[in-house]
Amino acid sequence: MAAMIEALGLVKRFGPVTAVDQVSLAVARGEVLGFLGPNGAGKSTTMKMLAGYLLPTRGTARLCGHDVLEEPLAVKRVLGYLPEGAPTYPDMTVAAFLDWIAAVRGFDGRERRARVERAVRLATLGDVLFYPIEALSKGFKRRVGLAQALLHDPEVLILDEPTDGLDPNQKAEVRRLITTMAPEKAIIISTHILEEVEAICTRAVVIARGRIVADATPAELAARNRWHNATTVVVHETEADAAEAALRAVPSVAAVERSARVGTGFVALSALPRDGHPIEGAVRDALAAAGVAPRELFVERGRLDEVFRDLTLKEAA
Amino acid sequence: MRTLLVIARRELAAYFATPVAYVFIVIFLVLLGALTFSVGNFFDRGQADLAPLFSFLPWLFLLLIPAITMRLWAEERRSGTIELLLTLPVALWQAVLGKFLAAWAFAAIALVLTFPMVITVNVLGTPDNGVILAGYAGALLLAGCYLAIGAAMSALTRNQVIAFVLAVAACFVFTVFGSPVVAGFLAEALPSGVLEAARRVSLIGRYDGITRGVVALRDLVFFVTFIGFWLYANAVIVEWKKAA
Repeated sequence: MAAMIEALGLVKRFGPVTAVDQVSLAVARGEVLGFLGPNGAGKSTTMKMLAGYLLPTRGTARLCGHDVLEEPLAVKRVLGYLPEGAPTYPDMTVAAFLDWIAAVRGFDGRERRARVERAVRLATLGDVLFYPIEALSKGFKRRVGLAQALLHDPEVLILDEPTDGLDPNQKAEVRRLITTMAPEKAIIISTHILEEVEAICTRAVVIARGRIVADATPAELAARNRWHNATTVVVHETEADAAEAALRAVPSVAAVERSARVGTGFVALSALPRDGHPIEGAVRDALAAAGVAPRELFVERGRLDEVFRDLTLKEAA
Repeated sequence: MRTLLVIARRELAAYFATPVAYVFIVIFLVLLGALTFSVGNFFDRGQADLAPLFSFLPWLFLLLIPAITMRLWAEERRSGTIELLLTLPVALWQAVLGKFLAAWAFAAIALVLTFPMVITVNVLGTPDNGVILAGYAGALLLAGCYLAIGAAMSALTRNQVIAFVLAVAACFVFTVFGSPVVAGFLAEALPSGVLEAARRVSLIGRYDGITRGVVALRDLVFFVTFIGFWLYANAVIVEWKKAA
């Protein structure tokens, strides 16, 4: 599968500050790449370079085989880009703005109307079509930006925080939209929301201080966490001590963490595995042997937020 | 070409989307009228022409044209829409020229609205309408020069006030080089070669010529080249900011 988005050793310096340092990545059709990193890590700067808005200090990028430095117009034709903050012209109405975008993209007459209608439908903007954009809420503005990026049904989508400022329903809607489009496109989204990465991304790239510190599937990232395959049981507080002792005796359990469930009379015991191997069976057997019947038992996949913190903070030390 | 017009049309519509356009046009017409009639002794001169109008126009343009151009790029930079514009399939020259043409069209609208003056002199006497037409052509070319300077200055900053002040300063420099007072002053400070060069890039002398009805090809070439130079500078500035 040929990569549709390629970053080749992108470097961006602003004066003495190196904002992006040797970022290389490739995204194929069907992939949704989640771009993660703390504020100021270089996510937006990288995306701006991929979109051809900022010129890299070194390195280059290719979209669908077109080099951003050598064929900028070809790049812009295949690209749908939602810039940081979803800028739009505030004095235009939603309808006029999308019609203008369609005109700039070279659509005419009936096709232009059809394109605008489709984008309006995808971003559910039907109710605000004739409002000036400046009168819209943050969520609607973001969706206008999204509609603009989707209007020409581009092969490559680069979306800088597409769900920022949206309410939970709208977030779910945008995620569904991205998932639906994913098979035919190569998509990069940046986000702070880790559950979003687990929900829609096929791959996660973590960037810290301008460098890529991880490039893996969300599941692989989660597997790096000590909570990966951790098994939590909820038992009645009268049985808690017996259960904890039984869990500690299991050889494949590295540690047990105990947390009371206030007011319920129940206690949660989390057994963390040695080496990340599954321990669910061993935990069940140990509890059965101790004569403890857990009310709940569940296995964790690993906590992405901890992985994220480890990856992005470790480097700083 | 089509993309160019799509860009220009949006920019022109943007002027009229806010009260700015109407305020500008009213102020322009009132000031021009006041200068022409009172300071310019429009009636007492006893001549059926628009010489007073055209002689005040450069100084009015000097202050008002930068107000037209200050938002062209600075506002896009401030609101972030420049990122949208520059990632649409638009060639840089199309964006630069489209914005310039919109501003020029707006200036032309303001100029056209001075038509009551033309009617007035035609009612009061028998002016040489050819000279008046030449005057308008000169005014439009001069406006084009100021607009091109202003657009380039606007590309330098995200702050409209800075864009305005820079544009006024730059337009002022290219205006006063030609005036005898400045030329006399500069003659003592500068070698004659530099002085001659400065005089050649001055706008006001050539403009005066045209408004007197002397339309020389080399002046037209000069104005077009001058505008072209500043539009090129505008494009270079936008491109340079992308690399910065």
